[in-house]
Order: sequence, then C-alpha cells, then structure tokens
Amino acid sequence: MIPLELYLLVSALLFVIGIIGVLIRREAIVIFMSIEMMLSAVGIALVAASRVYEGLDGMILAFLGMTVAASEAAIGLAIFVLLHRTYKGVKVDEINLLKG
Amino acid sequence: MIEYVWLIPLFPAIGFLINGLISRWYNLPKAFIAWVACSALALSFIGSAAVFFELLKLPLELRVKIPDVILFDWVVSGDLRTVIGYKVDPLSMVMALVVTGVSFLIHVYSVGYMHEDPGFARYFSYLNLFVFMMLNLVLANNFLLMFLGWEGVGLCSYLLIGFWFENEAPPRAGLKAFIVNRVGDFGFLIGLFLIFSKLGTLVFDEVFAKAHLLDPWTVTLITLMLFVGATGKSAQLPLYVWLPDAMEGPTPVSSLIHAATMVTAGVYMVARCHVLYEMAPLSMMVVATVGALTAIFAASMALVQVDFKRILAYSTISQLGYMFLAVGVGAYSAGIFHLMTHAFFKALLFLAAGSVMHGLAGELDIRRMGQLKEKMPITFWTFLLAALAIAGIPGFSGFFSKDEILWNAFSSPKGHLILWLIGLITAGMTAFYMFRLCFMAFFGRFRGDHEVFHHAHESPPIMTIPMIVLAVLSVIGGYVGIPHVLGGHNYFHEFLSPIFKIHENLPHGEGSEKLELLLMVLSVAVALFGIFLAFNLYLRNPELPKRLSQKWPKAYKVLWNKYYVDEIYGFIFVEGSKGFGRILWHNFDEAVIDRTVNWIGSLMKVMGAGLRFFQTGFVRDYIVGILVGALILMLLIL
Amino acid sequence: MIIQWIVFILASLSAVVFALLMITRKNPIHSAVCLIVNFLSVAVLYVLLGREFIAISQVIIYAGAIMMLVVFTIMLISVEEVRKKPLLRMGAGGVIGIVLTILLLGYLGLGSFGGSLYGEKGNFTMDVIREMGPFKAVGKLFMTDYLLPFELASVVLLVGIIGAVILAKKER
Repeated sequence: MIPLELYLLVSALLFVIGIIGVLIRREAIVIFMSIEMMLSAVGIALVAASRVYEGLDGMILAFLGMTVAASEAAIGLAIFVLLHRTYKGVKVDEINLLKG
Repeated sequence: MIEYVWLIPLFPAIGFLINGLISRWYNLPKAFIAWVACSALALSFIGSAAVFFELLKLPLELRVKIPDVILFDWVVSGDLRTVIGYKVDPLSMVMALVVTGVSFLIHVYSVGYMHEDPGFARYFSYLNLFVFMMLNLVLANNFLLMFLGWEGVGLCSYLLIGFWFENEAPPRAGLKAFIVNRVGDFGFLIGLFLIFSKLGTLVFDEVFAKAHLLDPWTVTLITLMLFVGATGKSAQLPLYVWLPDAMEGPTPVSSLIHAATMVTAGVYMVARCHVLYEMAPLSMMVVATVGALTAIFAASMALVQVDFKRILAYSTISQLGYMFLAVGVGAYSAGIFHLMTHAFFKALLFLAAGSVMHGLAGELDIRRMGQLKEKMPITFWTFLLAALAIAGIPGFSGFFSKDEILWNAFSSPKGHLILWLIGLITAGMTAFYMFRLCFMAFFGRFRGDHEVFHHAHESPPIMTIPMIVLAVLSVIGGYVGIPHVLGGHNYFHEFLSPIFKIHENLPHGEGSEKLELLLMVLSVAVALFGIFLAFNLYLRNPELPKRLSQKWPKAYKVLWNKYYVDEIYGFIFVEGSKGFGRILWHNFDEAVIDRTVNWIGSLMKVMGAGLRFFQTGFVRDYIVGILVGALILMLLIL
Repeated sequence: MIIQWIVFILASLSAVVFALLMITRKNPIHSAVCLIVNFLSVAVLYVLLGREFIAISQVIIYAGAIMMLVVFTIMLISVEEVRKKPLLRMGAGGVIGIVLTILLLGYLGLGSFGGSLYGEKGNFTMDVIREMGPFKAVGKLFMTDYLLPFELASVVLLVGIIGAVILAKKER
C-alpha cells in the first residue's frame, strides 16, 4: 500500500509545474495546456484520498472536475480562434485592452 | 369657576388662531376681525373677574391654598415632569385682571388707531397671541410654563415692534429688542437649570417648599440669574437699550406691551419668587440698587428728549426702576401696587400720544407741537390726569403707590437712606419732565406747520372712550391702597398679604407714623417743585432752556446722546462679535476645515492612482495575483 | 507489493518528467504530445489506485477529447515556434513567480508528511467495490447522493456547447 503522502507529493509537483508553465510561457495555447495539467493534478490528489479513506466521493469530485475542464477547454479554444482572427498569433503579453 | 381658569388664556389663543389662520387666505372684513379680537379679550376679562370674585369668597388664608388647575402633562423626560398648570392666588389674579382689563381697552382703541392700516388682521392676531403668552406667564404654576410665556411675549414684542417691516428702522428695532431680551433670557435659563438641578422640580409650590434646603450661595446665584432675565425683559440697567427703540412700533403696542404688561413681567417674577429672594439678601440689595439707579438714570435722559414717545419710554424704564426698588427692599405688595397704577396711567399716556399723532398726521417732535388743548380737549384732559398721577400728586393713584415705595425704601430693614433719596430726586425729575412734555405739547402756541394745525382734530370715540376709562382708573385706582397713616385701609396690601405676610415687616408705631407723614409731605413738595420748574422753563420763559443748554453744552450733549450707551454697546458687542466671527471664518473655517476636507479628497485620488498600478490589462499579471492570493490564503489556513 | 511500488515510481516519474518537458519545448506541438503522455501516466496512477472508472475517463476525456481540440487549435492558429528557449526569457516577474511556486510546492507536497492528515473512513472498501462492480458503485452514487452535481455537470456541458458554437460563428 503506497502511502497517501507520496501521491500528494506527485500531485503537488504536477500542480506547481503547471503554475510555472503559466508564468513562463508566452503563447496562450501552452498556458492553456498548463492549466489543464493543473486540473488533472488536483484529480490525482482527490482520487488518492478516496482510495485511502475508502469512499468514492473523491473520485466523483475528480470526475466532475474533469467535466468542467472539458467544457472550459471548448470555450477557451473557441476564444483563442476568435482572437487569432484579430491578432494573428495569440501572445498574452501584447493583449492589454483591459488596462485601467 | 376656579377650575375653568384655563379659559382665561384660551380665549385670546382662539382669537389668534381665527384671525391669524383664516386671514392668511381670505380677506376678512375689518369688523369681523375687530369683534373676534376684542370679544376674546372681553371674555378673558370676564373670566378673570369671575375667578377673582370666587377668590374673594374664600377666607384670607385659604386663598393661597387653592390647588393648581392642571391641564395635562407637558414635558416628561427622565426626572423632569412639568405640566400645563395654572395657579389661582391673589398675586396671579391681580396680574390677570390688570393684563386682561388694560389689554381689552387697548384692543378697542387699536380698532380706531389701526383702521387704515393694511396689516389690520396681522396686527390683531399678534396682539391676541401676545395676551395669550402674557396670561400664561402670570398664571403659570411652574417655571417652565412661565418661561414659555416669557419667551412668547418677547417674540410678540419683536413681531409687533417690527410691524411696519417695509421701512428700515422697525425691523432693526425689533431685532435689537429680541436680541437684548435673549441675553437676559440666557441668565433666566441658567437660573432655571440651577433650580432644577438642585431641587429636581420646577413647580412653584414644590420649589418654594424645598427652598430651605439650598445653601445661601446657590440661592444667591439663582436669584441673580433670574434677575438678569428680569433686567432684559423689564428694561433695567444694563439691558434697557431696546425699549426706546421699540417706539418704532405702533403706539398701542407701546402702550400695551412696553408700558403695562410685558415689561412688568420681571417685577412679577421677583414677587412670585420672593421666597428665594428673601433667602439671598445680597440679591435683594442688587435688585433694589439696580432699580433705583435705573430710575434716576432713565429720568435724566428723559429730561432732554424731544420725541413724545421716547420721553414716555424713558419714563417707563424709570418707573419700572421704582417697582424693582420696591421688591428689592421687601415691599412686594407696594411694587405690585405701583405696577397696577403705572399700567393705568402709562397706558393712558401712550394712548394719548397715539391720539396726538393721529390728529397731527404722524408728528412726534414736541418742538413742533403746542396749543393742542384747544384742538384735542379729551386727549388733553386725560393726559393731564395721567400726568398728575405719575407725578405723584395726592388724590391720584400714582401718589399712593409711589409713596408706599418711598416709605418702604426708607424704613424697611433692607432699605437705605440713599435709596430713598434717589427715589425722591427721581420723583422730582419725573414730575418735571412729564409736565415739560405736557406744557410743550398742549399749551403755548403751536410751533409747527400751520397746515398741520389746521387739520388737527380730536380722535374718534372708539379711541377716546378707552382713554377716558383709563383716566378714571388712574384717579381712583389708588384708593384700594390708601395707607394707614392717612386713615385708610390698605385693601390692596391686605389682599396680597397671605402670600407675602411672612416676609413683610414694616415698623409701626407712633414715631414711624410721623416719619411717614413727613416723607409724604417731602415727596409731594418735590413733585410740586418739579411742576413749577417745568412751568417756568417752558411756559413763562421759553428761551431759558436754550440758555441752560448753552451754559453747560457738554452735559447737555451727553444727555441728548443718552450717555452714548448705544454706541458703546455697538462697539463692544456688535463689532466684537463681528470681528470674532471673521476670525473664525478665515482662520478656522477656511484654513483648517477646508484644508482637511480637500486633503481627504486628494487622498482618494492618490489611492486610486496607486491601485490603478495593478490594472495592467495583461492576463499574466492577473494570474500572478491569483497565485499570490492563493498562497496567502493557504498561509492563513494552515 | 513490490510490483505496485515499481509501477508507481515509473508512472509518477514519467508524469513529472513529461510535465517538465511540456513547459520547456519550443514547438507547441511537442508540448501537446508531452502533455498527452503525462495524462496517460496519470491514468496509470489511477488504475494503481483501483479506480478504473476515473482512469478510463482520464484517457477518453483528457488525453482524447481535450488534447485533440488543442492540437486542432494549434494547427488552425498556426502558432509559431519560439525563437529562444523559454526558460531563459524570464523577467523579474518570472523569478518571483518561481520562488512563490517553490513555496507552494513546499506547503502542498511536504506539508502532509508528519502525520497531520485526518478524516473519517467511508464505507466503500475495495472488497465492497469488487463485489458490486466498480461502475455500478459509481453509478449508484451518481444517482443518489450526487444527483444534483450530476445534473449541474450536464448543464455546464450544455452551456459549453452552446457557447462554443456561438463564439466560433463567422461574423455576419
């Protein structure tokens, strides 16, 4: 039986790598992919907890998170496509229309 | 009937409401207004008389034990519980009779005097309101209701002095009256606060019953503060300056308010609070001294005035000084007696002034009058009777009241020789200036415009009949108070004695009777001398006054300018307040408050600029923000 | 027992390595492929934990649908390759971010060591699941305790569909 802490460590690693990816990269697509990785990392933690505590709730929560990630992916990518029509290459560093 | 005493103030209140409210929107006919106002007063007078006769049926001691007629709770707040309640006892009924009776006569007179005035309805509503307030003042059973009346008559005085507000002078005079009154009222309020804080009640009976619990210094402070209020309301030193200016108002107003009723409120108040004053000999000395000094001071200014009404105004101040002198030496019933007789003859004098003005189309300068006794006989004869009364000639009412005051000033244990002497000299001056006025206005040759003289006429009966009634009262009014030495029975003193008897202690006995007669003779002699002097100066040798004024120009100038008191007050208080206000405006309001408020506004701007720094529009930065926030939250939770 | 450990170490190593690779590739297609491998490793981890349902969902939804969409979008938008290596292009903000994330890693990853975890045990032991059948257990839960989230998830998907269609329409 692999201890829960190790699974949590893996989940944390993936999550943090995802954050670093968000911070570093300039292209919107790669940022998006990093965000998806973060969501998946959270799933790992949830499922591991569900195994250790012998309940299925964590798994169901991870599943619902996956659902949300899917619909978010659809919409987000649609937005990218739209932005591409205007900006020709979605570079987050250059879009600052919300500057206040 | 005594339980219905509250009807007495109610009638004029109703008159005020009817005349005041309805004529706002609908032009009532003058006859209607006049009937409403005068009958309200008539009913009040009849009510007062009814209660008075009920009072007479009771034996002497019971008259002061009548329970107060309480209408309803007025102010109930914490420990303070005051009611609208009226007190029926000899003092309040004497005041009520005087107020309602004289007011009624003046109301009738005003119907004729104000007939041409467009503000007819407004005048009568104000007048009724005034009588309502005055009746509340004299009939109240507690300090707070009395103060309501006190302030109310001040308000009505302001409204009526400034009645012709289209002109420049009347509103200014009204404002002056109100403000000077206010200064006095401040003192009165301090007295009220002290009474309440030390004794926990404001009802007269309770206060006077508990008064012995106070220490002497507190009582002295209370009585002095109350007296400050009296100096404002009754125009004594130093707050008398509003009364001469108050002559800007219509003459019947001067007659009613500034001769017979409002200005006597201070005297009534001291008499009512005699229990407190007896506990504070220092205050009584102050009262008597201020009264005597005011009497002689005002009389001196009346010697050189040339405005008919101004002379009478200074005379009023002087006579009020006599009343305060009386109550200050403990002769309360003498003071009230003089209040009553003074009401009769002073009101009459003012009405006569009004009659003269009416006949001469508004002339007031006595240098432009003369020979009027041929043109206005009734006015002349009534004026003469009143002048004889005020001068203190035996047989007239003023003689009995003034002499009682002088005797008490001399002989009472609180009196003093100097006070008596001041009173005596003032009596002489009073006789002098009254007859100076009489001779200059009614005798000799007319010195004004001949057209005016041609049109001069006697006033209509609606004006002369009240004057005749008052003249009769000026003569016989004194006979209720014939002193013992002259073989009479002082009914007035006896009537008021249940209230005052504990405190009045006049020496009796053989020696004192001779002394009293001697003083009486002295005062009559002084009065006759004054009349003789006036006769010489203004009838026989009319150039003499001018030579005298040229011989002592400085003294004449000081008297003519009323000792420059108005100028001094104007400089110290008016300019002082204006300067202080200017300092507060520039140095405080602008510099401090405006700066602070503007600084707060600019602070908002700076904060906004700082926060704007974070709104870059770049998603990346927002992500960093989220990250930082998540981190902080985690730190907090774990 | 030892098999479990070996599988675990292999799967987690692969997941972490490919995650690192993903964020450092110049070519976005390379990043996408690395992410797919990462997802597959995570699925292996799920199987190791005995939750087959989630593992299958991970493969189908994440590695299948989402990544397919991403690859398509990359090809549509024709994202260019980056010139320099991403890691060297960091500015000051990047450094701060890295520091913060290291801190985060410390809290999340290592905070659980030391025995501060607690919680009640549920009643779905492995035996119960094996007896009921894994999908049936999940299905039963979905239809009873978690009915509301189930329905809401379908609403979210519906909204996503509608949104995507509207957003991608050509301008009239």
